[in-house]
Amino acid sequence: MTTTTGPTATDTTLSVTNLDMYYGSFRALRDINMEIKRHSVTALIGPSGSGKSTLLRCFNRMNDLVPGARVEGQVLFNGEDIYHPSIDPTEIRLRVGMVFQKPNPFPKSIYDNVAFGLRINGFRGNMDEAVERSLRRAALWDEVKDRLKASGLTLSGGQQQRLCIARAVAVQPDIILMDEPASALDPISTLAIEDLMRELSRDYTIIVVTHNMQQAARVSDWTAFMTMGEDRAGYLVEVGDTHQIFTNPRDERTEGYITGRFG
Amino acid sequence: MDTTARDGFAVPIGQRQTTMQLSRNRKRGALQGRIVHWLFFACAVMSVITTFGIVVSLLSQSLGFFGEIPFWEFLFGTNWSPILKDAEGNRHYGVLPLVSGTLLVASIAAAVAVPAGLAIAIYLSEYAPDKVRRSIKPVLEVLAGIPTVVYGYFALTFVTPLLQSIPVRVFREDLLVFNALSAGLVMGLMIIPMVSSLSEDAMVAVPRSLRAAAYALGGTRLEVSLRIVVPAAFSGIIASFILAFSRAIGETMLVTLAAGATPRLTFNPIESIQAMTAFIVQLALGETPHGSLEYNTIFAVGLLLFALTLGMNVIGHFLVRRFREEY
Repeated sequence: MTTTTGPTATDTTLSVTNLDMYYGSFRALRDINMEIKRHSVTALIGPSGSGKSTLLRCFNRMNDLVPGARVEGQVLFNGEDIYHPSIDPTEIRLRVGMVFQKPNPFPKSIYDNVAFGLRINGFRGNMDEAVERSLRRAALWDEVKDRLKASGLTLSGGQQQRLCIARAVAVQPDIILMDEPASALDPISTLAIEDLMRELSRDYTIIVVTHNMQQAARVSDWTAFMTMGEDRAGYLVEVGDTHQIFTNPRDERTEGYITGRFG
Repeated sequence: MDTTARDGFAVPIGQRQTTMQLSRNRKRGALQGRIVHWLFFACAVMSVITTFGIVVSLLSQSLGFFGEIPFWEFLFGTNWSPILKDAEGNRHYGVLPLVSGTLLVASIAAAVAVPAGLAIAIYLSEYAPDKVRRSIKPVLEVLAGIPTVVYGYFALTFVTPLLQSIPVRVFREDLLVFNALSAGLVMGLMIIPMVSSLSEDAMVAVPRSLRAAAYALGGTRLEVSLRIVVPAAFSGIIASFILAFSRAIGETMLVTLAAGATPRLTFNPIESIQAMTAFIVQLALGETPHGSLEYNTIFAVGLLLFALTLGMNVIGHFLVRRFREEY
């Protein structure tokens, strides 16, 4: 039986109930139940193939873009079922932003990278201010303020990833999903991203997939441990307060993973 | 054979043989490498020599022409009748009517092929399910493989009568049997595969991660296509336009059959015109004696045609560099 304790229902921004996810006939996720607390960092940890990224992509309906992908169960975002037929997935993605594993700035200027999301969503305010605010938010403004016209690709890897964070922040989402955001970066850039996550969690809800358990322990308030079943479907073993998961896990599979006995 | 003594080392038998074999293979590999290198180099040189040869022959033959007709008169003259004499018994060598004919047909073709080809490319690369893509692509390739003479007769015997049968009076005059419009429209159809296939290749090469980023910001499929994929693939798309336009300028059979043989400085699409290539065909089929002034006009027009397509390619290269979004 899967243990599904987590944050209490009050102040919950995402609530996942009996979520199954399929690629064609292959079941990739089995019976996920969890809740994500507002303005906190939740880390998804677990061995490769346990479905962490797949679960993350259920939260902004990115899986819709994969042919044959389908979801059963419920994901409530502020009480609203994001898989309800009347919901426009682009609306969900506007409110649930995403940062990817490899920095993927558009081949456009730094300014245009940040402005892109605002432009396509019909932003009518002061664009220069919005761009500056977002770049400051991502702790990148001082490094790029003199070369906003330069291509985003002229930045270093760590700066590119912060640009991607600025781009996600610009449209003022409620949630920011991060799929191993620091795994392609050097240790210093990684720390910068981790600081940023802590900082951003004051205003945003952050869900981060990570392979790095020290990182999960450092940045997250809540930790969810996932693993893979006999049928190769990923499932949730345990969700809890990060401190509790790392010091006193309830499930022996969690303990085995965090102490490095498997996975 | 005792190699131990020669090397000064005691090498076990098995290893020694391996070493020998390896060195022999390396020698053969090096020789092979050199031969292959020169073979490929020769092939590359061949195309350069061919181009060079064409330029030389065009230049040398048109020298005879330009010896008698001033260059500026040829380039900016508005009356082209190198074979037939006018009332006063003069011939005229102003090439502009041929150039306008060629550009008129090519522009109509581009007006058809650029939007249609780009739309097809966007559809295939961003919208079409795999199955549909796999069935449409071969059809487009068939379209590209149809001989141009077939397109010519298609324009002459199908499209022109079709346009003539339109009951609403679109144009002030009646559409002539030979006209730039049908030739241009059909040429547009003909070069669509060129635009769509090259543009699609460029779009498919845009990394998926860029699309993912744009979708994750709430982009619709159309926004992602037009604002991310097309700009990122723009240099390839421009290249496809340029190539298709060059092809339209150089296309011969279609304009010879369907656009007429009336050199006329006009941009009215319903009139009969003569394209540069069509003139060359007309003259080459006639009984003009080799070496005569009339005969040499072929090379003057050919040289100009060459310069035009070369110019297109230069402009294309400039545009590609100017608008490149590197990813």
